[in-house]
Amino acid sequence: MTITENTTDSVDNGVNVEALLGARAALTDAPAAAAFTWTADCSWVSGTHSRTTVAGFSGLGQQHERPATHTVDTDHPAVFAAEDNGMTPAEMVLAGLAGCLTAGVASVATNRGIQLRSVTATVEGDMDLQGILGIDSEVRNGFNDIRVRFDIDADATDEEIAGIVAQSQKRSAVYDAVTNPTSIVVES
Amino acid sequence: MSSRTVTCVVVGAGQAGLATSACLTERSIDHVVLERGEVAHSWRTERWDSLRLLTPNWMTRLPGGGYTGPDPDGYMTAVETARFLDRYRATIAAPVECGVSVQRITTSDEGRFEVETDAGVWRARSVVIATGACSDPHVPAVAEAFRPGTRHLTPIAYRNPDQIEPGRVLVVGASASGAQIADELARHGHDVTVAVGNHVRLPRTYRGMDIHWWMDRVGVLDERLHDVDDVERVRRTPSLQLVGSSERRSIDLNALSAAGVNVTGRLAHANDTHAQFSGSLANMLRSADLKMNRLLDQIDEFASATGLADEIGPDDRPGATEVPAAPLQLRLDDVGTVVWATGFRPRYPFLPDEWLDGRGRLVHDQGILPVPGAYVIGLPFLRRRASGFIDRVGLDAHELCDHLLSSTLASV
Repeated sequence: MTITENTTDSVDNGVNVEALLGARAALTDAPAAAAFTWTADCSWVSGTHSRTTVAGFSGLGQQHERPATHTVDTDHPAVFAAEDNGMTPAEMVLAGLAGCLTAGVASVATNRGIQLRSVTATVEGDMDLQGILGIDSEVRNGFNDIRVRFDIDADATDEEIAGIVAQSQKRSAVYDAVTNPTSIVVES
Repeated sequence: MSSRTVTCVVVGAGQAGLATSACLTERSIDHVVLERGEVAHSWRTERWDSLRLLTPNWMTRLPGGGYTGPDPDGYMTAVETARFLDRYRATIAAPVECGVSVQRITTSDEGRFEVETDAGVWRARSVVIATGACSDPHVPAVAEAFRPGTRHLTPIAYRNPDQIEPGRVLVVGASASGAQIADELARHGHDVTVAVGNHVRLPRTYRGMDIHWWMDRVGVLDERLHDVDDVERVRRTPSLQLVGSSERRSIDLNALSAAGVNVTGRLAHANDTHAQFSGSLANMLRSADLKMNRLLDQIDEFASATGLADEIGPDDRPGATEVPAAPLQLRLDDVGTVVWATGFRPRYPFLPDEWLDGRGRLVHDQGILPVPGAYVIGLPFLRRRASGFIDRVGLDAHELCDHLLSSTLASV
């Protein structure tokens, strides 16, 4: 690693790159500790309204509990005859993608010694409702196309910013989860 | 079985083993080069018919040898490369024993090596492993998921388009092998889909000069380990998306697409009926364009700083990769053949397990193994960026033979 004291001292994006690089080095030597399991608990409230909480997760060979539980409500909007108590689960996927890529932008920029001033991302996901409504079996349920538009103000050239955005996609868990198939087992 | 003693045993008589031999001879270190087949065995037997070197002929400088023919800017075929290495062996009078398979290397209590072969045992104070980086084509586990009856070919088994029955072909990988094979199959009328992951795009020529001429001049090829952030990542970099051809054409994805190849994302999953590709193609294309332009910027800066800019052609950098993305699902019922251009792995079945890490890779520091007297040569970025090139392996050979002379042989 060629992170110098100067580089990281002069850049403050609120990312502790030394800790990330330290974790990377430690987990290279102890791959078993890199196995994480994330857990979310969801309860049906009413109609299409559900509430999901996350608190604990396992990794680094042990169970971790957060000091606070995080809660998110999901629902459908009024056009689906629902009460709009939260974003749709599909929009949650877009939120997850945007949050993951943006976290990546901050981490990669810091690692490359680039000071960020502002980062905004706009995500659009195209969906054909004929899928989930069962109108046309040829139409998939999920997004056909997703577009992310980053607007980044930083001490960097356009090429450097494009490089940061490209690298954040290569290291993003949610980007990978959305672009590649994942085996899912649902039991009841 | 006979037993012979020599100071150093070199395993493999390709460019790396022969360059090592030249450097050992120069230092008056007696040695033998053991070769399972003939000199340049894999160049003779494990390359497809149309393959040419990615580097121009002049760029084959080896210790005590190199290309002296009439076409310095051309690209040798595999057969010509084998002949070139044969002549090199004769020029340097390398003591090669052909048709000798090394079966096991062990260390004795006195710190000597015993090299067991199918033609007797060699005892030595030093061994140099020069069996190459491409022993085994790597085929990912997803290959198992394709329906029975699918024909799976690796670049080692692929010879020419006549081998492939009519129908759709899936080429997995778009580095040098995948791009060349996809291009050749499409030109011979096959319906080809290429699955594209991480790749390195380069134009064959830039401002009138071969891209390798530029990389040679700019100094990229001589970058050492401390010049890069992450050596392991650089060592995993796929081969350059280039082809050696008389018309010096580029073989990027724009060119493949124009030749009728369907371009889609990395192969993610397959079952009896469909292959599923990753939606990451756009980022793969963008990343490759960014990296290419970074190198071309470096070349422009070098050209203007050295006053070359007035003598060479204008900026003719290729435009962004713009290809229609093929669907993320491919029906497999008419796919007869899958070509796995998914890289190579070295393999060392004759070495002690403790010389290898958990993934079967040799443990070494720039070619120097933790076992005193043992070395490896000819791997990508072993000691410099172009360690895997015919043209630069001799520089590594000199350095490793210096170490061998001053450390291994002086320690007794």
